Amino acid sequence: MSELSGQIREAVRKLLRQKEVDLVIGFEAGTLPLHSTPCFIREQQEAERLIWNSFCDNNLAKYLGKRQEKIAIIAKSCDARAIVELIKEKQISREQVVIVGVPCHGMIDRRRAEAELEGKEILEAEENDGELTLKGNGFTKVLKRSDYLCYGCEVCFHRNPVIYDILIGDGVAEKATDQYSDIAEFEAKSTEERWRYISDQVSKCIRCYACRNACPLCYCRECFVDNTHPQWTGKTTDISDTMIFHLMRAFHLAGRCVGCGACERACPMKVDIRKLNRKLVSDVKVLFDYEAGISLDRTAPLATFKPDDPEGFMLNP
Amino acid sequence: MKRETNDWEPKIVAFLCNWCSYAGADLAGVSRIQYPTNIRIIRVPCSGRINPFFILSSLQHGADGVLVCGCHPGDCHYLTGNYNARRKFALLQSLLEYAGVEKGRVQFSWVSAAEGGRFAELVAGVTESIQALGPAEKLVKR
Ligand code: SF4
Ligand code: SF4
Ligand code: FES
Repeated sequence: MSELSGQIREAVRKLLRQKEVDLVIGFEAGTLPLHSTPCFIREQQEAERLIWNSFCDNNLAKYLGKRQEKIAIIAKSCDARAIVELIKEKQISREQVVIVGVPCHGMIDRRRAEAELEGKEILEAEENDGELTLKGNGFTKVLKRSDYLCYGCEVCFHRNPVIYDILIGDGVAEKATDQYSDIAEFEAKSTEERWRYISDQVSKCIRCYACRNACPLCYCRECFVDNTHPQWTGKTTDISDTMIFHLMRAFHLAGRCVGCGACERACPMKVDIRKLNRKLVSDVKVLFDYEAGISLDRTAPLATFKPDDPEGFMLNP
Repeated sequence: MKRETNDWEPKIVAFLCNWCSYAGADLAGVSRIQYPTNIRIIRVPCSGRINPFFILSSLQHGADGVLVCGCHPGDCHYLTGNYNARRKFALLQSLLEYAGVEKGRVQFSWVSAAEGGRFAELVAGVTESIQALGPAEKLVKR
């Protein structure tokens, strides 16, 4: 991992030296163990701050929108996929970004790791060779890295950036994963069980909108939740309001969500946001054969149609 | 109607596009074809005008069911409104079912201006199926 940090710094220094970009968006060490923090760099000498490890889980594409300068961005594959969608949605031009792609082994889900420690505080975290070592007052715990990945990373099938100008390190092998078995499993439950699960999850929501704020594709200046004229849905934590908020948040990301999991990690209430997102990801794939962030050329599924699109869901079509 | 066992009658919001489906409903009316009075028609310019929020808001504010109708494929007054809408509707219906809203609460169909009879049958069918589901409880704001 430290090798990759070195290569990233090298590439960034060069970009800044040659004045190819004005701004670099990457990660630096966070103030807490298991956290890396987005950082913004404009000078060559600041490149030392940049790092790469298994805690670089934010989706940096979030920071691209509405900037004027030329930007280099350190992008793992889900960041790169979000960038593809942002370019297609004309939030940024391809020429304005230099994508420094980093093949990804998956990011650590810190909640999963923390769960092993029964509430003990982690003061230090190190990783090497597939192991994650957590240290605190009077304990050292070694975990197998691959057992503590974010769910999105476990089922990820695009671990190499789909688009880049500079590639850091070697590519990683793609995994064959049974992508949507979780969705099929959930669908096998009864209507009432599904409702109970989703409404239990959604009822934890405090409407803080951290999920929206973390999502690289949620860039609207005025989000439907902030709108008062019309007020699309109430702002309360009444289950009816939160349910409609969640259904529509997911719906607005149909064909756009890249499955990075940023929303879920940002949620302070541990709402299973992915449950709704992934259903739409899989429906969009099945119905319209589209995967978000894979190609710059394909039109977004809800911005186009085919005359023979499926309509079996309709009454005597 | 199951009046003998139950006094409850479903309220169904029907979004009908101006150019075909609303005209179809009109034809049913002027032809004096009888159909259940459970539907409350809202006329929209085109099925493409229907924001999924309209459907969810209806359920939130007490509708027991929602019916959405537009021109048949190829007949949209704005050429492609219904084709674009069809994609949204497919995803929305699937998402609602997945989240545990009963299958059948929200239904879609194409109705042309000439299909007065068919419109009446459609409304009868939808009313019957929503009657069978019982009152909508899940998304209602209390
Ligand atoms: S909805 Fe969540 S998983 Fe999807 S792109 Fe936005 S932050 Fe990532
Ligand atoms: S981050 Fe979690 S609690 Fe906050 S609005 Fe999103 S789902 Fe609700
Ligand atoms: S005008 Fe009827 S569906 Fe567009």
